[in-house]
Amino acid sequence: MQKRISTLPFQGTKEQQEQLFKVIDENGGKNGSVMPILQKAQEIYGYLPIEVQTMIAEKMDVPLEEIYGVSTFYSLFALTPKGKYNVSVCMGTACYVKGAADVLGKICEVLGIQPEECTQDGKFSITECRCIGACGLAPVMTVNDDVYGRVSVSEVEDILSKYE
Amino acid sequence: MYQIKINGMPFSVPEGSTILEAARFAGIKIPTLCFLKDLNEIGACRVCVVEVKGARSLVAACVHPVNEGMEIFTNTPRVIESRKTTLQLLLSVHDRKCLSCVRNGTCELQQLCAELGVDIDDKLDGEKPASVPDTSTAHLVRNNAKCVLCRRCVAACERQHVAVIGANNRGFDTQIGCAFNLPLAEVSCVSCGQCIVSCPTGALVERDQTAELLAAINDPEKYVVVQTAPSIRATLGECFDMPVGTNVKGKMVAALRRLGVDKVFDTDFGADLTIMEEAHEFIHRVKTGGVLPMITSCSPGWVKFCEHYFPDLLPNVSTCKSPQQMTGAMLKTWYAEKNGIDPKNIVSVSIMPCTAKKFEIDREDQDAAGDGIQDVDIVLTTREIGRLLKQCNIDFVHLPDEEFDPAMGISTGAGAIFGATGGVMEAALRTAADTIFGAPLENIEYHEVRGTQDYKEATYNFDGLEVKVAVVSGLENANTLLEKVRAGESDCQFIEIMCCPGGCVNGGGQPTQPAEVRNFTDLKALRAKALYEEDENLPFRKSHESPIIKQVYEEYLQAPGSHIAHQILHTTFVKRSKTVQL
Repeated sequence: MQKRISTLPFQGTKEQQEQLFKVIDENGGKNGSVMPILQKAQEIYGYLPIEVQTMIAEKMDVPLEEIYGVSTFYSLFALTPKGKYNVSVCMGTACYVKGAADVLGKICEVLGIQPEECTQDGKFSITECRCIGACGLAPVMTVNDDVYGRVSVSEVEDILSKYE
Repeated sequence: MYQIKINGMPFSVPEGSTILEAARFAGIKIPTLCFLKDLNEIGACRVCVVEVKGARSLVAACVHPVNEGMEIFTNTPRVIESRKTTLQLLLSVHDRKCLSCVRNGTCELQQLCAELGVDIDDKLDGEKPASVPDTSTAHLVRNNAKCVLCRRCVAACERQHVAVIGANNRGFDTQIGCAFNLPLAEVSCVSCGQCIVSCPTGALVERDQTAELLAAINDPEKYVVVQTAPSIRATLGECFDMPVGTNVKGKMVAALRRLGVDKVFDTDFGADLTIMEEAHEFIHRVKTGGVLPMITSCSPGWVKFCEHYFPDLLPNVSTCKSPQQMTGAMLKTWYAEKNGIDPKNIVSVSIMPCTAKKFEIDREDQDAAGDGIQDVDIVLTTREIGRLLKQCNIDFVHLPDEEFDPAMGISTGAGAIFGATGGVMEAALRTAADTIFGAPLENIEYHEVRGTQDYKEATYNFDGLEVKVAVVSGLENANTLLEKVRAGESDCQFIEIMCCPGGCVNGGGQPTQPAEVRNFTDLKALRAKALYEEDENLPFRKSHESPIIKQVYEEYLQAPGSHIAHQILHTTFVKRSKTVQL
């Protein structure tokens, strides 16, 4: 699947920008320094929107497309922000055969967003994840650090309402 | 030399050769797809695989060096099967509407499939990567449904120091495109079209305007005038399988007439006007302490590059319009008035080696006749006119030679060589020298600025005035020189920059040549040779000696650099951003 691109307004602060520029000053100029800078930038901002990548491209004097190509190649980089509550659905084999796809579909329907997206109010985001090692509880979903096992489609709304 | 064996036959090949080069030397053309010499040497597509004795797996001939005693096999069943599978997999995700594809007949994927007898295999047919064609720019259309991910366009764009396209996402989802899937029109693409001439398939094509020309020809109200750029005569023959470097000027004029256009003029006229204005501007800048070095402005790809990447150097760029725009401007003012034609009814068409020309016609301040009447209305690349002539059943190869229409149809040697890197400089020097000396000089060939090298420099002494000039082509080379100019480290006074490597003969609108030709032929040099030969054989070799040039200055423009000349023949530039505007 192609990486989703955030359509939410960028909320970066002056402090974050200063931190980013410091990181670039420390790592810039060397061959192959794009990766560590992107990793640190993601630590600072939580994701890598066009505003952040443009700052990196301009400051490093590297084409924006080169930065973007790297950020879409590696799965650890995210182009969309995570919400206050990140809802993650395990799509590992056990969860999948126990109906995780239906659970995921219901979550998308309730929140009105797709996986790798964040709600307008910044509250919820959805992630599809690989096996989290709780196959006995399949299908499994998590909300931040809370784990929910043997989830049925009918329970989804109740679970999410706890985080309103 | 290394002693090697290819398919059991012994050969002695130069050290440092790749298997591809060694096999070529032995008379065997190993097929390639992603490989472009000196540009895209990534060994990625696996079409060129061969068997090497002792090697564990098949090796990519394009990048694998030969060594002493190597035994190579180029057509074993294992090799053939591997190539076939590769092609079948490429076809399985390819938009196979080949019959109407503009590259039907010149597609390298199609050619490979024909050679290896590969057809569509239903058992491999499945999901295809989703893509939407990018039609945002004036000059090209990208259709990734026909992309084979060879990355030749990406390499060409990087070589131009533009690098606005690249591979995004990974695996099955990989797509060539711009950052954040932005349309090409919103990034700092310079419209040079080098990506198009690098593309082996129909994934990248110029925005086709042949139908617009046909419609204009068939409209009885319209007076259709075509101009042809200096380099087209050296390349159009390639569209009809004539040898590279054949000058087809006469046939080209005859063919255009047979399409039914009203007049066929030579952009050489505009080139000569450019020289008159540019040489005058240069001498004026030198004598009055104006901004130096002065840089030529004929190449719209280069102009757009300067606007995006070196906006601080725009005052250095000559204010002259390009020859295309000058010809169009004179057509819709002087020529229209003289012949009592309403400029609104003139359709000004140019045949260009260039895709950036499609962008240029819509620029601001390119409407000398006023009222938003564009100097040029339709730009067709060499490839498009080749296609249109075929579509209209013109028997190009067997046409007689005909002459341009006289009003704006006298070709000069100075105009002709505009199509090759160094040509504008040489043409300008011919006129500048005569102007400074106040007398016609005998020696008019400036060999120091000729040739396809990246960077050329020369110093000339004109009657005590020392002039240092530099000539570069290809934007990577331009970038290197401009960094020096910006840092104040260049002492040149006059610089010629052409966007495409080798100048217009190698422009982004020129006929595509398959990699097997490109990799082993110096296209730039062969095509340029045709222009320098034309120059030698023309009666007028200096712009200011052209009778039409004398006539238009007497009748209309008064003198180079006059007020009216500025109104009609000069333009302005704008600062653009290098990165995306957020």
